[in-house]
Amino acid sequence: MHPVRKKRIVTISVILVVLATAIGLVMYALSQNINLFYSPTQVEAGEAPQGVTLRAGGMVVENSVERASDSLNVAFRVTDYKHSLRIEYKGILPDLFREGQGIVAQGKLDERGVLIASEVLAKHDEEYMPPEVSAALEQSKAQ
Amino acid sequence: MMMLPEIGHYALILAMMFALALAVLPMVGYLQRNAILLVTAKPLTYLMATLTCTSFVILAIAFAQDDFSILYVSQHSNSLLPIWYKISAVWGGHEGSLLLWITILCIWAATLAYKSDSLPNSTGPVVLSVLGIVATGFLAFILFTSSPFIRLLPDTPADGVDLNPLLQDIGLIVHPPMLYMGYVGFSVAFAFAIAALITGNLNASWARWARPWTNVSWAFLTLGIALGSWWAYYELGWGGWWFWDPVENASLMPWLAGTALIHSLAVAEKRGVFKSWTVLLAIFTFSLSLLGTFLVRSGVLTSVHAFAADPTRGVFILALLVLIIGSSLLLYALRASQVKSQVSFGLTGRESWLLINNILLTILTLTVLLGTLYPLIFDALNLGKISVGAPYFNAVFSPIALLLIVFMGIAPLSKWHNTKGALLWRASALPAVLAVSLSAFVFTFHSFDWYMWLSFAIALWLFFMCVRDWLDKVLSKRQSIWTRARKLPRHYYGMQLAHLGVAVSLVGVIFVSLNSTEAVVRMAPGERVMVGDYEFEFLGTRHVEGPNYTADTAVINVYQDGQSVAQMLPQKRLYQARRQMMTEAALNPGFTRDLYISLGEPLDNGAWGVRIYIKSFVRWIWLGGILMMAGGLLAAWDKRYRRKTGA
Repeated sequence: MHPVRKKRIVTISVILVVLATAIGLVMYALSQNINLFYSPTQVEAGEAPQGVTLRAGGMVVENSVERASDSLNVAFRVTDYKHSLRIEYKGILPDLFREGQGIVAQGKLDERGVLIASEVLAKHDEEYMPPEVSAALEQSKAQ
Repeated sequence: MMMLPEIGHYALILAMMFALALAVLPMVGYLQRNAILLVTAKPLTYLMATLTCTSFVILAIAFAQDDFSILYVSQHSNSLLPIWYKISAVWGGHEGSLLLWITILCIWAATLAYKSDSLPNSTGPVVLSVLGIVATGFLAFILFTSSPFIRLLPDTPADGVDLNPLLQDIGLIVHPPMLYMGYVGFSVAFAFAIAALITGNLNASWARWARPWTNVSWAFLTLGIALGSWWAYYELGWGGWWFWDPVENASLMPWLAGTALIHSLAVAEKRGVFKSWTVLLAIFTFSLSLLGTFLVRSGVLTSVHAFAADPTRGVFILALLVLIIGSSLLLYALRASQVKSQVSFGLTGRESWLLINNILLTILTLTVLLGTLYPLIFDALNLGKISVGAPYFNAVFSPIALLLIVFMGIAPLSKWHNTKGALLWRASALPAVLAVSLSAFVFTFHSFDWYMWLSFAIALWLFFMCVRDWLDKVLSKRQSIWTRARKLPRHYYGMQLAHLGVAVSLVGVIFVSLNSTEAVVRMAPGERVMVGDYEFEFLGTRHVEGPNYTADTAVINVYQDGQSVAQMLPQKRLYQARRQMMTEAALNPGFTRDLYISLGEPLDNGAWGVRIYIKSFVRWIWLGGILMMAGGLLAAWDKRYRRKTGA
């Protein structure tokens, strides 16, 4: 084979192999790190897996926030007005967390069906509703 | 001056007319070899730029004068807002930030017109004309879907809704203009590339012209991203410096592609290889800037369905995006086949190292692109709502970036065309051994983590290789170091500075994740808590009145070994106009560590939830960014770009 052509083939195959490996690894990493969103109704129906990092959210139920007096442990319920879900969290809640506000929490479900949250997200805007929550509310209204 | 907003709106319409003329006339002039039409490019550019800037200034005046009869002003300002935030509120919302975008495009175009005398006769007008096409699209977008001058008459509100408190900050005054200077500046490299395709003049000269412009845009974008990261760090109250948020990714992607472009332009200019790839990269870089604008401005990030529900803006900008990118790629497909590179290069030549640079940077860009668009694709196909977590980006991005930095150490030592392998081995052996052992030594003081150890070794390796290369160039028996050091060209120092900046940022990134301490505690007045080497004493809170907010300020004394270090005053603010709570973190910055306190919620008996961080070396991340920016600017100011190309 012509040496120039041979060199070109080698270069191209090296690039292809590197690219294929990279794409494979990227897709694997992606599949490991996507967090699906579940509404309280879906959690109630048992659609959400236990022990897997996921997101859940809804409106914070009035008078549902319980704070421990000696630590930063806090628990509350979120609802899509059909079903509600208990969320437990240790730490500081975001500025806009309050009862009646739409929030999204990320964490894992335990065997009691309680979401042990590692993160609670509430956006910095009074009118802003997390898109997942508004979609979940619409869905539960439609049912 | 009740008419002022109308004049602003009218100026914008006229600007679009001139932009349209600029898009058409010089291009026709080029195709029909009509010198008179070609000459119109410069005056049209100046007219377009002047009118757009006028319109921008008028909007700023409307903000300064609290003209709440303008819808946009009433939604993003308030009479109590301090004056500098009133001015920065001009770009605090959708319409104004688009106006800023187009104003900056016009400033770039006018600067290019001013400098275009050194370009060959037909190139300057065609390049300006390409910018005119982009400007026409965006001016039309503003005028048809997002005019900032819409009036609320006769029901003028008594006061404005106020600027989002998160944006009431010095970081957000400077961040968007810098970011846009970078984003939009890539349009110049893009215009050069398109002009080269149109004129068929794809020799190395376009790369030479585009280089300083690309460097300057890249420097601005670097600064803009660094400012954004710094703002997020102290303003969001989480102490993180990068969140892999889609909005951040939107600015990172053009930066990565732009970094690749800077390097491939160098190869295209010096060696005449990678010519068609460089054209493609220039198109991609600007396309990613446009994509970033689309992602942030169309509302798709909130939800693709929200985008479908209010289609005018989203569809318009998507159409613009498809049109610009599509026609550029079509032109590329038609013309690029004419480009032939006769030059060959060896496997160890500098060309090969820069090829690796380009491949890795392209892969990095694609991984970020994939992670950013994946949730949108998932949502659009109705597969469910997902979010791609930071672990994805960390797992994929960091090893590839580290590999890139390893090569960054070697590449500057290599020679064009071919480098002797033995030479590279000899040059890199000592720095490699030094880096690995010094890193191992440092890690005897820390809990060992092989990935962190390796990363730190790579940062040191880059540092040693930069120093070694410089010493290699200045040490000589015949001349003193300083004589030789001064003779080295500016673009060399620019490169070194930017590469050192990467090493500095990397050290910051490593130590902030390795050595930082965090405590989330409940503190009652008089209570003390130890975090790391520091003791924090909570004295209580006091009430404070700001210009447009009220706040609880916590007073916290910090001690180290019994010595007082600082008194820190984190705040919890309530902004009246929007009834919005905001956490204002207190910072005690330092070269090797930041102390960072943010207030949580008030608990019973005057106690508060308090978040305390000690962030190691966090300043280094942004210091590295500043070095990179300085490097980019220095390289652009190299003497050889001053030469007239015709001479």
